[in-house]
Amino acid sequence: MALIPTDVERDVTAFIVENFLFGSAADAPAPATSFMETGLIDSTGILELVAWLESTYGIAVADDQLVPENLDSVANIAAFVVRTKGG
Amino acid sequence: MAIGYDVLDLDLEAEAERICQAIRRGVSHDLKRRGVIVALSGGIDSSCVAALCARALGPKHVHGLHMPEKDSSDDTLGLSRSVSDTFGFDSTVEIITPILEGLRCYERRDDAIRMVFPEFGPGWKSKIVLPGLLDAGSYNVYSVVVQTPAGEILKQRLPPKAYLQIVAATNFKQRTRKMLEYYHADRLHFAVTGTPNRLEYDQGFFVKNGDGAADIKPIAHLYKSQVYAMARHLGVPEAICNRAPTTDTYSLAQGQDEFYFSLPYRPMDLCLWAKNHGVAAAEVAGALELTAEQVERVYRDIDQKRATTRYMHLAPVLCGEVDEIH
Repeated sequence: MALIPTDVERDVTAFIVENFLFGSAADAPAPATSFMETGLIDSTGILELVAWLESTYGIAVADDQLVPENLDSVANIAAFVVRTKGG
Repeated sequence: MAIGYDVLDLDLEAEAERICQAIRRGVSHDLKRRGVIVALSGGIDSSCVAALCARALGPKHVHGLHMPEKDSSDDTLGLSRSVSDTFGFDSTVEIITPILEGLRCYERRDDAIRMVFPEFGPGWKSKIVLPGLLDAGSYNVYSVVVQTPAGEILKQRLPPKAYLQIVAATNFKQRTRKMLEYYHADRLHFAVTGTPNRLEYDQGFFVKNGDGAADIKPIAHLYKSQVYAMARHLGVPEAICNRAPTTDTYSLAQGQDEFYFSLPYRPMDLCLWAKNHGVAAAEVAGALELTAEQVERVYRDIDQKRATTRYMHLAPVLCGEVDEIH
């Protein structure tokens, strides 16, 4: 079944809230919020996020895909995952 | 207006004298100690600090420490000894390999590398590297590079658990050295020097409570190019002044630029100076032989590293006021 972008956004947001915000949902980023500009996720956080994306969605993220266009916001991540899964 | 490398030029004698006055005042008035400990790595920064301290306080008030371990370069001890010999202060050799073995530093690091290369073992060498900043707009995500006993080089991006464990294990080296520096400081009633240059201090190229811990940091305001010039001015041995910056921490040779800065130190210095002085990327791009877009990327990387580094400069977070302590 094809992934739905809003479902991915919801799951990514839940991962961020749980792992980077100690469960504080009130601080959850909006879909378009840039992680770099807000300092929400640093390069170690990106590594953790990518490992979670790979295990959750069964995708392999190549080195040249580690770019802000794919990973710098919840919306960018959802679009990237859906694109990569061919959804 | 275009700028060039001459913006980093200093009146070396005037600056040396200003720093020496600050060292004398800092050690006697603020720290109330009888001298300083300088950990000598054989690199330009610690050599420059040793030269400044010997000039400021006199060689009797400086004690050098040579602390190589099994991954250090073969020439490390000879180079660091040439500094204590040149400036005439006493020093002690502390081989830290047995301490690191007791901490299982190498074992923990190698276990982490085996998460990526299961066959990694005796006879293999390793280092961790960043992607080239100018090659792609990628994140600062580390890869591990290994050399097999047959000489084959392999590279693999690090998953978070392996990356964090390699760094955590390797940080034992800097923290062990700092522990010994404070042992000798306590026994001599001396203060401990830190030897970061401006690039390292600003961009977080140090280990918190490791080489980042110190009572006085005499060259933290100097760009690395200025440290080289100052070292030559003060008579630091040529072999050290001509040596490329290395981390001397991993078993495979590792330049500081591939480990952390992603640009060699001279253009990195100029980028940092230009950013600190509000110079537009286009105005400095020519001197760097880069495009304005590439300089913008370096500027963004500087901001990103400053954000990541903030934690390393912070005092402990208190959860209530203690007004009596400032």
